[in-house]
Amino acid sequence: MVESPLVRALLRAATALVLAFIYLPLIILAVYAFNESKLAAWPPTGFTLDWFGEAAANPAIRTALLNSLVAATAATLIALVLGTLAALAVQRYDFFGKNTVSFLFVLPIALPGVVTGIALQSSFKLFGVGLGLPTIIIAHATFCVVVAYNNIVARLRRLPRSPEEASADLGADSWMTFRRITLPGVRTALLSGGLLAFALSFDEVIVTLFAAGAGTKTIPVWIFNAMQRPNELPVVNVVALLLVLISVIPVWIAQRLSGGEIARGGR
Amino acid sequence: MSIPEGPRANLPQRRSLSRRVTSWFNAHPRATLRTLLAGPLGWIGLVYLGSLLVLLLHAFWAKDSFTGKVEPFNWTLDAFIQIASNPVYSTIALRTIGIALLVTITDVLLALPIAYYMARIASPRKRGLLLVAVTMPLWASYLVKVYAWRTILQGNGFLGWALAPFGIEGPGLSEITNAWIVLSYLWLPYMILPIYAGLERIPNSLLEASADLGGRAGMTFRRVIFPQLIPALAAGSIFTFSLSLGDYIVPDLVADAKFIGNVIYDNSALGNFPVAAAFSILPVVVMIGYLLVTRRLGAFDSL
Amino acid sequence: MKRAKGFALMAGLALLVAACGGSSTSSEPASSEKPAGWLESVGAGEGALNLIIWEGYAERGAVDPAYDWVTGFEAETGCMVNTTSMTDSANGVQLLQSGEYDGGSFSGDASVRLMKAGDVAPVNVGLLANYPNVFGGLKDKAHNSMDGMPYGVPHGRGANVLMWNTAAVTTAPTSWDPVWEGGAAYKGKISVYDSSIYIADAAIHLMATKPELGIKDPYQLNDEQFAAAIALLEVQRDNGAVYWGTAADQITSFASGDLVVGTTWQYQANMLAAEPAIKVDTTLPAEGSTGWSDTWMMATKAAHPNCMYLWMDHMMSAEANAQATVWFGEAPTSEAACEAAEALSPGHCDQFHATDEAYFDKVWYWSTPQADCADDDAATACKDQDAWVEAWTTLRGN
Repeated sequence: MVESPLVRALLRAATALVLAFIYLPLIILAVYAFNESKLAAWPPTGFTLDWFGEAAANPAIRTALLNSLVAATAATLIALVLGTLAALAVQRYDFFGKNTVSFLFVLPIALPGVVTGIALQSSFKLFGVGLGLPTIIIAHATFCVVVAYNNIVARLRRLPRSPEEASADLGADSWMTFRRITLPGVRTALLSGGLLAFALSFDEVIVTLFAAGAGTKTIPVWIFNAMQRPNELPVVNVVALLLVLISVIPVWIAQRLSGGEIARGGR
Repeated sequence: MSIPEGPRANLPQRRSLSRRVTSWFNAHPRATLRTLLAGPLGWIGLVYLGSLLVLLLHAFWAKDSFTGKVEPFNWTLDAFIQIASNPVYSTIALRTIGIALLVTITDVLLALPIAYYMARIASPRKRGLLLVAVTMPLWASYLVKVYAWRTILQGNGFLGWALAPFGIEGPGLSEITNAWIVLSYLWLPYMILPIYAGLERIPNSLLEASADLGGRAGMTFRRVIFPQLIPALAAGSIFTFSLSLGDYIVPDLVADAKFIGNVIYDNSALGNFPVAAAFSILPVVVMIGYLLVTRRLGAFDSL
Repeated sequence: MKRAKGFALMAGLALLVAACGGSSTSSEPASSEKPAGWLESVGAGEGALNLIIWEGYAERGAVDPAYDWVTGFEAETGCMVNTTSMTDSANGVQLLQSGEYDGGSFSGDASVRLMKAGDVAPVNVGLLANYPNVFGGLKDKAHNSMDGMPYGVPHGRGANVLMWNTAAVTTAPTSWDPVWEGGAAYKGKISVYDSSIYIADAAIHLMATKPELGIKDPYQLNDEQFAAAIALLEVQRDNGAVYWGTAADQITSFASGDLVVGTTWQYQANMLAAEPAIKVDTTLPAEGSTGWSDTWMMATKAAHPNCMYLWMDHMMSAEANAQATVWFGEAPTSEAACEAAEALSPGHCDQFHATDEAYFDKVWYWSTPQADCADDDAATACKDQDAWVEAWTTLRGN
């Protein structure tokens, strides 16, 4: 290898520093979840588990969590269907404007959330669509398509064509070939793309604020509102900590899935 | 044609129908393509581009100053005149683009060593752990991380406490540098992951060849690694740049500053929708330009 | 038990409706054509109520179980209350116009705009059992009625006050000077409301310090007066003023000691009083101040009008009005509420000058800047709402 021992040591130190930078805020947050005082002054003043009880007793948090799960699941499913269709089209056919497809899909996440948000909201309003969970799902699906698409297209690119051709030679129609050969081939890509889409939807606050009506709150919207109320900040800490801890599960699944290779796509 | 009745007759009929449909599609690849694309493109086209168009229309509509109501199809350029005649809008735009670029550069500098360590030095086991460690914060709520930084940066927060022995006060929540730090923090994993993937793709043999030819580590990096990394850097920068460019919550919560997103949000929240719509065109144009450039650099294959 | 009480309340309302049916009150529209959103009777609640509120106007006892006027209402009426806090009145107007809400608590600079735009409905106060108890002085005002029709019911009123950290500002200020000319002494530690309506606070200070400008009304400013106010605000900004968008924002920055003096609602001072680590005090400075007289109004397109009527009546009840106004720190709207407030905070109505009109003469209620200066004089021209908002954007963006 080319790296000298000194370079290696420096890289190791830099890695440790960056990791510390990444985790410091999360650790501080975890500490505050047990802090007695409502004010986030450092150092903490005392230890309490009260906020966990308050979080558990808060029906608004449960409703918001449920809304988030429903919205993320529905948006993920829509995104996977649309993403798979588009990926098949791009990967299996040649057509004019092919390069534009991925460009179009990237737009909803590349353009600022506030633009996407007010654009969707103003057209919902113009066409008299009442805001609520369905509009949240539509909005989320729109920017989730790209991660599903990216994962599947990347997998299709690497998938050998020969089994599909063999299947067709043996007389299977294209639907059966898709079901028996292509779909199993991209299964893990669907899963990792789905996980990413789910995460994206679950964490989206800006677009959700515009797409949600007065009565529908998802977890990020609940957090956003609670942050504006001084007396709910400790409960926000608790919810935040739980969300971080729960997030270990999907990250681990994604890690297992890709067998050491990262899920592609990012946000 | 007679339709066979009864459940028994139904099954072969359906199967043959599906067979006929698929064989028709097999014979007509263009139609298959259109069917495949109709859903996704229809969705993006109608829901997304359609909405953007509606937003664009709003920019040209008048509004009642007293009631704040938009008057659809009452055409005017007032919103653009307001934006053009007040230099504050370009100040804000330049500030935002500057910070977004600064965040992108910062994230590249922070991401390179850790991504390099992960891809080329760490053992496979360690690499897996590091990947999880880098990915996990992506799953932690964005708002929660911003809020955590608020508690760190505020006067009596962690940073003030840590700096107190050196006689330095905490920064408080009204410094523009806060926005730079927090945005860099938030989007760092989006830069680490593509760089890592890009580094992993570079074959070892290439680096060994460079070393064999007498290339020093620094030169190997500049001449061999860096050019190969450009698509990955461009891909990562799409996230760091676009997410910083559009954010309005971070500048508001940690820096008490106004970015492009704040102008759009404030105007929509305070009832001047045409100005919000007109100013939205700016980040859209900037981002489309940015995407076109990064696409040339191969970013889309590394996304 | 609570449910039974709810039915009793509704039955009472129904009776009242029947009683009012015969003798038409003066507030009912004369023509047979009823205005949009007009209710002839209050039926059973629709199960939900979406409100735009000022922070602290719908409390569930999360901080102090003694202050909870929402959960009881929900149990009695079945109307589950959903609230969104507005950051300022312009934001409140926009929220109501989104069509997602049944109503809200609006200050004068929002209420008049909403009435004129037809976004809020006139209220059949005959259906509200608690309306007769409200102080006469709060009814039929320009900010809560139009063409002789009430468009809402009073919630409470108060002034924007000067708050300071007593550890940092040792001599109690009596004027707004510490946030204006004296601001250099508190560089970077001044807390200012992040809303265009705050320009009026500068105008009020100018009324005292620069009478030659001839400001008669801090909300109706001509070009010269407006420019002077903005210049004052620019000095303030360059003294490192920090702007609070939400009450929580300001509470955080005072609690952390980052900021020590600034304009506030009494609410933030009340919340800070619960924190032993920090001591703040408030005053209404000699120049007078901006303030508000808030009105619960119903959206013309309310999806839950019965719940909204039930809520408006509830907010005029002695118990709810007392709790809400003590909690926020403002003047209640009825004698009965004053009596109920005694139990929560002795002397509350005296402290907040519930019936002291001389006190409120020093308070300029928030109202909408208008191009015609809101007067009949065709010769005068003033900066309108949009100009104020844009000036604020400019001030904050540079």
